[in-house]
Amino acid sequence: MTDGLEPLIDPLQPQRRWWRLPVDAWQRSLPLRVVSTTFIASVVVMVLGGILLMQQAAIGVLNAKDQAANGQANFAVRTAQSKLDALNIDSDTNINDTLAGILTDISDKSGSTGGYYVIVESQLGIQKSSNDISESSVPENLREWVQSRHNDTRLWKAPTEVRTLSGQNVPGEAFGTVLQVPGTEGYQVYVIFPMEQEAETLRSLQRAVVITGAVLIFLLTFIAGLVARQVVSPIRAARRAAERLASGNLEDRMTVRGKDDLARLALSMNYMASELQKQITQLEELSRVQQRFVTDVSHELRTPLTTVRMAAEMLYEAREDFDPVASRSAELLQVELDRFESLLSDLLEISRFDAGAAVLAPAETDINQLVERVVGGTASLADSSDTEIRIHSPGPISAEIDSRRIERVLRNLLVNAIEHGESRPIDILLASDDHAVAIAVRDHGVGFEAAQAKQVFHRFWRADPSRERRIGGTGLGLSISMEDTRLHGGWLNAWGRPGRGAQFRVTLPRRAGDILEQSPLPLVPRDLISPLPLSGTDEAGSPSSPDDRFDRGSDGGGSTDAFAADSAARPDADRPDTEQADAERSDHAEHGSRIHDHDLAGTTAGNDPQDPR
Amino acid sequence: MSENDGSTVTAVAEPGRAADARGRTRILVVDDDAALAEMLSIVLRNEGFEPVWCANGDKALATFHEARPDLVLLDLMLPGRDGVDVCKDLRAESGVPIIMLTAKSDTIDVVNGLEAGADDYVAKPFKAKELVARIRTRLRRTPEDAEVETLRIGDLVISVDGHSVKRNGQPIALTPLEFDLLLALARRPWQVFSREVLLEQVWGYRHAADTRLVNVHVQRLRSKIEKDPEHPEIVITVRGIGYKAGEASS
Repeated sequence: MTDGLEPLIDPLQPQRRWWRLPVDAWQRSLPLRVVSTTFIASVVVMVLGGILLMQQAAIGVLNAKDQAANGQANFAVRTAQSKLDALNIDSDTNINDTLAGILTDISDKSGSTGGYYVIVESQLGIQKSSNDISESSVPENLREWVQSRHNDTRLWKAPTEVRTLSGQNVPGEAFGTVLQVPGTEGYQVYVIFPMEQEAETLRSLQRAVVITGAVLIFLLTFIAGLVARQVVSPIRAARRAAERLASGNLEDRMTVRGKDDLARLALSMNYMASELQKQITQLEELSRVQQRFVTDVSHELRTPLTTVRMAAEMLYEAREDFDPVASRSAELLQVELDRFESLLSDLLEISRFDAGAAVLAPAETDINQLVERVVGGTASLADSSDTEIRIHSPGPISAEIDSRRIERVLRNLLVNAIEHGESRPIDILLASDDHAVAIAVRDHGVGFEAAQAKQVFHRFWRADPSRERRIGGTGLGLSISMEDTRLHGGWLNAWGRPGRGAQFRVTLPRRAGDILEQSPLPLVPRDLISPLPLSGTDEAGSPSSPDDRFDRGSDGGGSTDAFAADSAARPDADRPDTEQADAERSDHAEHGSRIHDHDLAGTTAGNDPQDPR
Repeated sequence: MSENDGSTVTAVAEPGRAADARGRTRILVVDDDAALAEMLSIVLRNEGFEPVWCANGDKALATFHEARPDLVLLDLMLPGRDGVDVCKDLRAESGVPIIMLTAKSDTIDVVNGLEAGADDYVAKPFKAKELVARIRTRLRRTPEDAEVETLRIGDLVISVDGHSVKRNGQPIALTPLEFDLLLALARRPWQVFSREVLLEQVWGYRHAADTRLVNVHVQRLRSKIEKDPEHPEIVITVRGIGYKAGEASS
């Protein structure tokens, strides 16, 4: 009845210690719970019932015996008294014979079985109706009671243990009183009834009760098990069906037997499954249609775009022959067509992600080479905006990634950094541990509000709509980067503060399909955590000292714990204020240890890495 | 498009090397989009080529026969006969360089086109310069350094000048692209060529391009020159790197 046959389907359950096993089984198995509850309950019921039954039986049996014994004892004592009264006690010589006769008389009144013993005690000694009985069978308290009331002829009663010389002690009842004999203090007479038979009866009854109880308990438990199994097995079947359904076997159905509640459960499950299947099929169809539509649209757009593009090129090349207006128009046409084209391809890429059609093609890749390729690819852009790009690598790093996608991510981040970096140097930091690699792109440009760390990944989001765009991305670059990273099971986090630049960090698992747990790089830039050179791996002879990096030092090393509200409260943060900066610097030193906390807080605010999605 | 209608085509459809006689390279544009075709014609004429237009897949082969072009630009999506089928038809009777124009560069269509025999493809929207560069690469004849007359690779004899490949004296028909590919490998039999290097040497791509081009054409080349394409002896795969030429056996 236990769950032993059921495989453990919960892979998250960690290895337990041995003493946890029964607890686990109890928590996991409904039949076990039902069976053990039934067992415990029936044991309690049987014990209570047995005790009650035994008590009632004992009272009944003993009462009857008690009444009979009472009558017999009374009769015997009265007989003895009347015989004694009838005697003419002149001579003390024959009193013992007389007593012996009386004893014989009254004990003869009963049969040998279920009979009673009589003991007479007097100054003359002890007379017993049978040599078998020991005088210690008379309970001491009864004897004291009777001796202290030698004028009282009432019959007293006390339970006792009947001791026979043959060595068997049985429970019994003793009656005692004083026989009035003139001239003496009277003879104490005790009538002792062994209740061997009654005890035997009760013992048999007890045995019967115990055996019946045990059998009943066993049967009840067994029945409970059967019932639980009957109820649970369809529930388990339903659970398995639900699991199969969840794992994508939409065709699976439960077998329906009979018309009871469980059959209805199966029917409902099947109904749910078919409805789900219908919905999912519909959604799949919809997504297919949607994807098809996007592909078709893109194809239809591309042919005229090609024509327009070639026409624009022709015009552009001939622009020197045009008048200034037409010439400028040709230039604009050419430039904007480039933008249109990249927008179109970005839209297509996003729609591919939305349709779930993006597929990862991971391969072992040298991250250093990849970064160098990307930096090489953006060199002309960096030159034109007079930006220095520095790579800080701890040594060879490789990971199983889709290099085309990660190159695109890095290119997006780097172009973004160049655009917002205000010609200050851009640092690319690499780091790795056993499970993850991280690449961070740090710029020292305008930065953004902490609260915007999530928004920057929104589609078509603009940090500042009034700001002039020099490079003119599509507004989809960071969204695509986010999707590319997610496809890897990685994280893309943003950190930024107004006036202190921004850092974008990509963290990727080293093995495709691994789950990320932490990033080898902090989200908050290291140069803000400690004003030291980035690390020992910083290129020797790098012309940039930490001070260069903080050339806006007055607010560059400011309070790292200035969060959204704080930053928002300082609209003039971009304008260095010496006094405020000094205050902030001490603030920074004081709260140095807290920065790590904010790292985590920032991470969570950034992109919720606990939920890699 | 009145200037390249039937009359122009018939005027130059003389046997022999009509293009050489006129001194201009003739390019057949098979595309159903009139505007694009006209724009292509303008661009091509501007670059010194002589364009011929065919708008329908069914008529592509007939136009090809009439015009005898030096290169074909072929749209994959065509009314009438599909671009891939047209490509097969052309390849069945000629080694003429074929460049596909496609809007769907990331789909199976491209591979289908390449397997049907297209030499190269250009994804829409393309720049005129890009297209012209692709056309010129495909029209380029054997590289200048013709110091070596014949090369041996496996049991094949390659005549560099004569553009021919023979096995035991029997000529094997290869398209110019396949010949270039084989020649590139045979020139340096000791070298392993990565797909990227081959893309640069044979297709003229400076930057990373679609390595499917190399894979498909190596398969096509093998199917023509190998005795057993399943166990190639002339173009050998070097796992994880690329391809190299087999040893000269005779």
